[in-house]
Amino acid sequence: MFTVYVLWPIIQSITLSFYDWNGLYDQDGRFTGTFVGMGNYAELMTDPAFETSLWNNLKWLVLYMLALPIGLFIAIFLNQTVRGIRLYKSLFFFPFVISQVVVGLIFAWFYAPNFGLFYLLTESITGKGTAILADPDLVTYGIIAAGLWPQIAYVMILYLTGLNNVAPDQIEAARLDGAKGWRMLWYVVLPQLRPATFIAVIVTVIGALRSFDLVSIMTNGGPFGSSRVLSYYMYEKALGEYGFRMGYGAAIAVVLFAIMMIFISGFIWKMWRDEAER
Amino acid sequence: MFPRPIQQSSTGTQWLYAIALPITLVLWLFPLLGVALTSLRPASDLAQGNYFGMPSGIAWENYAYIFTETPIGQYMINSLWVTIPTVIGAVGLSLMTGFALAVYGFRGNILIFFMFVAGNFVPFQILMVPVRDMTLQLGMYDTWYGLALFHIAFQTGFCTLFMRNFIKALPFELIEAARVEGVAEWRIFWFIVLPLMRPAIAALSVLVFTFIWNDFFWATVLTQGVDSQPITAGLSSLNGQWIAQWHLVSAGSILAALPPVAMFFLMQKHFIAGLTLGAVK
Repeated sequence: MFTVYVLWPIIQSITLSFYDWNGLYDQDGRFTGTFVGMGNYAELMTDPAFETSLWNNLKWLVLYMLALPIGLFIAIFLNQTVRGIRLYKSLFFFPFVISQVVVGLIFAWFYAPNFGLFYLLTESITGKGTAILADPDLVTYGIIAAGLWPQIAYVMILYLTGLNNVAPDQIEAARLDGAKGWRMLWYVVLPQLRPATFIAVIVTVIGALRSFDLVSIMTNGGPFGSSRVLSYYMYEKALGEYGFRMGYGAAIAVVLFAIMMIFISGFIWKMWRDEAER
Repeated sequence: MFPRPIQQSSTGTQWLYAIALPITLVLWLFPLLGVALTSLRPASDLAQGNYFGMPSGIAWENYAYIFTETPIGQYMINSLWVTIPTVIGAVGLSLMTGFALAVYGFRGNILIFFMFVAGNFVPFQILMVPVRDMTLQLGMYDTWYGLALFHIAFQTGFCTLFMRNFIKALPFELIEAARVEGVAEWRIFWFIVLPLMRPAIAALSVLVFTFIWNDFFWATVLTQGVDSQPITAGLSSLNGQWIAQWHLVSAGSILAALPPVAMFFLMQKHFIAGLTLGAVK
């Protein structure tokens, strides 16, 4: 079943990316695509919208990494034993549990022109409100901020669990040696948090590359296509209002897959090594 | 313990911490709180520009409105129709695959396992066109089972990874001992392994429930009508209709967020155990 729905489609997609196909079959149920070889890829190279999407993906990747330090910081802040702390921890985790669709709507409201909080805030500071989702230069950052919200929550919970398992005797020993604050964090705690960091990096990278929901909900790729990312652009090409260019869409997906593959193979390689050590 | 327990610091710092905690929490959840408030605000307030002041009354009618005037109830039911079979299917299948991969050292074991792992991280987009095409061909486009079937297949990857690692961590002597006693393999699975798997099953069920409930991409790719669209896709299309009627948008959002949030609170321990699997060694 996994093969039918996951492995086989990957191969089909790669094949399809060499075709020009509108997604339809003729009356006899025959495939109507025509083979165009590397045509789709050649077209991609000169497509400005593709370039924008690729750059935006890069911004997503880089800025999403902010989730790691911020998540770690909040985790350290919350790693105390005071009354009601469990409730606090779960409330901080909240954004991750709710749907990205809802997160998108919440932030759209937050950014809304004229009355949105963010708009009012910028208005009171600079005298002129900024409608972030309507500004081609800022829109991607606005969406990334929305995406970071649940992502930070996820990273935080990973680090909280990690912090719980840091060996207390090592901390005490380091403390006796006079380590504290940043140096303690950097040299004693962080090395012990390695497994948590590893998972956090993986989920953050995947989250950044999969970013479809938020773009679709908040801006539909606009204004003027400036907030598109690869995953959204692909959807738009293959199923969106600009027609059904399945082959071209598949080619975009293959590019995305190739990018992801770099990270996947890194991950697999590490797991393989762990497996072999056992 | 890191950082140093707050109890060891001065009273002043302790007070500061006690004050800072709720403040940061409110700031952190501010967008959510804002939306929750807006969802209870009468439409007249919004029309008069009263977005953040005291609401003139609590408007439960916003919720009543979206239930009576929009198909949101239907969307919720559709979501359940997709989510529940997926949870059962994916967890059930992965129990078996996980058991097979953890207990039997057959040839290609590692390869199959890593295929499941890798499948997890594949971008959805590369699957989109073929899966949609296949679903159409099978006549399952725009039905709950078409969507559920795909979810089961995809989630099995993640679940198998989870189950396999969990079974691997169980004491293998247990299975050996049973084998020596001459217990049949399926009975080992059913009477020895399964009861020990309860925490894993609980953790996975909650996780998969949340993932599927919140899925938006596949919902838009594989369904389109009111009869089969789950809540996420439904909310997005309603959002198109309610341009700037923020009291309705927020009521809908809160409603869509409720089931996973409830699930999380009820099963918190399992949920976090599931998510952080592998974060500690």
